[in-house]
Amino acid sequence: MTNNYHSYSELKSGLENGDTTVEKLVNGYLQQIQANAQLNAFNEVFADEALEQARVLDKRMQSGEPVGKLAGMVVGIKDNISYKGHKVTASSKMLENFTAIYSATIVERLLAEDAIIIGRCNCDEFAMGAANENSFFGPVKNHADQTRVSGGSSGGSAVAVQAGMCHAAIGTDTGGSVRQPAAFCGVVGLKPTYGRISRYGIISYASSFDQVGPITRSVEDAALLLEVMAGPDEYDSTLARKPVPQVADLKKESGKKRIAYMQEALSSPGVDADVKATLAAYIDKLRADGHIVKPISFELLEYLVPTYYILAMAEASSNLARYDGVHYGYRSPNAVDLTSTYKKSRSEGFGKEVQRRIMLGTFVLSAGYYDAYYAKAQRVRRLIQNKTNEILQEYDFILAPTAPEPAFALGLKEKDPVVTYLYDIFTVQASLAGVPAISLPAGNNGKGLPLGLQLIAKSFNEQELLNFSEYFLQL
Amino acid sequence: MNIDEQTVDKIAHLARLELAADEKQEMIKDMNKILGFMDKLNEVDTAGVEPLVYMTAEVNNLRDDVIKQDITTEEALKNAPMHDDSHFLVAKVISK
Repeated sequence: MTNNYHSYSELKSGLENGDTTVEKLVNGYLQQIQANAQLNAFNEVFADEALEQARVLDKRMQSGEPVGKLAGMVVGIKDNISYKGHKVTASSKMLENFTAIYSATIVERLLAEDAIIIGRCNCDEFAMGAANENSFFGPVKNHADQTRVSGGSSGGSAVAVQAGMCHAAIGTDTGGSVRQPAAFCGVVGLKPTYGRISRYGIISYASSFDQVGPITRSVEDAALLLEVMAGPDEYDSTLARKPVPQVADLKKESGKKRIAYMQEALSSPGVDADVKATLAAYIDKLRADGHIVKPISFELLEYLVPTYYILAMAEASSNLARYDGVHYGYRSPNAVDLTSTYKKSRSEGFGKEVQRRIMLGTFVLSAGYYDAYYAKAQRVRRLIQNKTNEILQEYDFILAPTAPEPAFALGLKEKDPVVTYLYDIFTVQASLAGVPAISLPAGNNGKGLPLGLQLIAKSFNEQELLNFSEYFLQL
Repeated sequence: MNIDEQTVDKIAHLARLELAADEKQEMIKDMNKILGFMDKLNEVDTAGVEPLVYMTAEVNNLRDDVIKQDITTEEALKNAPMHDDSHFLVAKVISK
């Protein structure tokens, strides 16, 4: 059986009127996880622990004790989020046996509201990838078609929600890693504004981009999880001291909006015909409903992906320098001295794509190349941010496909890294500019593969973004 | 930019990575391809543009300096590949 409650409010009613119990819900998800084990969505399932928590929660609810905002919500967390006493591996051999010694702030907040964490979800190694094919624990398969990828890097999180293995999942988004797998799996994926959600306890990839985001079936749940996870934290000084959007303020927004869409998304030969047709259909629907929808040409479009990769790789090379084979993580049995401990442990512990990014990041930061690559990319990033903010002054949202194609075949795209990187073209803009963006399911193509559309909004304007998303999904 | 074997060796050393001969050839090919793609940024005029370094507008986000211990020595050593009661153990560093 599957627990197909579309939103937490429906689930909560089900619990309140006795249609279900938390224990039944957890059992249902566990069955679903087992029945779909071949999808490889989870690196580990906390079955006994989740059931025990469920029983305790059922008792508390039966006795009329007050419970948290997420009571009965069963979530999966991406395997780069620390949960004290549990393994966290970033899907890497490097951290295969690493146990978290503290919990991420977001984990503390989810648990404080009585969410149940059912397991840790497969992902690309250190969140580097867009297909979930770079995991040490093998690729994640798409539930809509098992010969196809889940998207990445939060592929396990997206498939877990898609296949009904949990009610919602948490991912992290550096250049599109929540939004793109959500699009490939037909679910909702929100990347909040940079500085909205604490990064404490998240395994770092590129710190000026990394943001935690919910993957859900409904916009309402995305709003609820944002409310619980967001807001200032003593352990992350980049967080904004601004009021956090509240799910209670979520209302289907149909006021007349000004929406810009990327002209190139409809004209570029690199964009799949069904993706184009879906975008065009939504543009027509929005116009018919009285919104102003205009094409824009983003003059920096072709510079987005190179800028993103220079900066992300540079930050990755710095962040991953901590894996030294000494303090924690994999140590090579072939090491004989300190230098070989570093070199052999890192070369044997990291996968190919991670090593490629560390090498390129080290190169762009090295003496003689720093200004030409790293500082240059930081300058272009400012231009991209300025231009994006200018568009968002004139328009309420930017509409684009989340990805140029629906989920592609497993094993297809790993040959040429540049081709793979270009897949991020529509998602990296919001990451570079630090603004919020959401991927919304927009139906399936003829083969039954989900398609996703993305809305980008002004900095810290998640409320308007979520309100409009509620409306958008009912167009 | 043209990456040769010497450059890859230098970068690999800086990154504390060790590449086998065949991996090195593949890395040279990939790095040249990716850097060629990144070179595209030279087309953008960035004269007078300040690098964007910090993504947060927050300045001096301070908290009280309270003495507390979140992690014990035992916990800190728990994930070490080799350790004793209070130290991380590594291979011999100084040889006579």
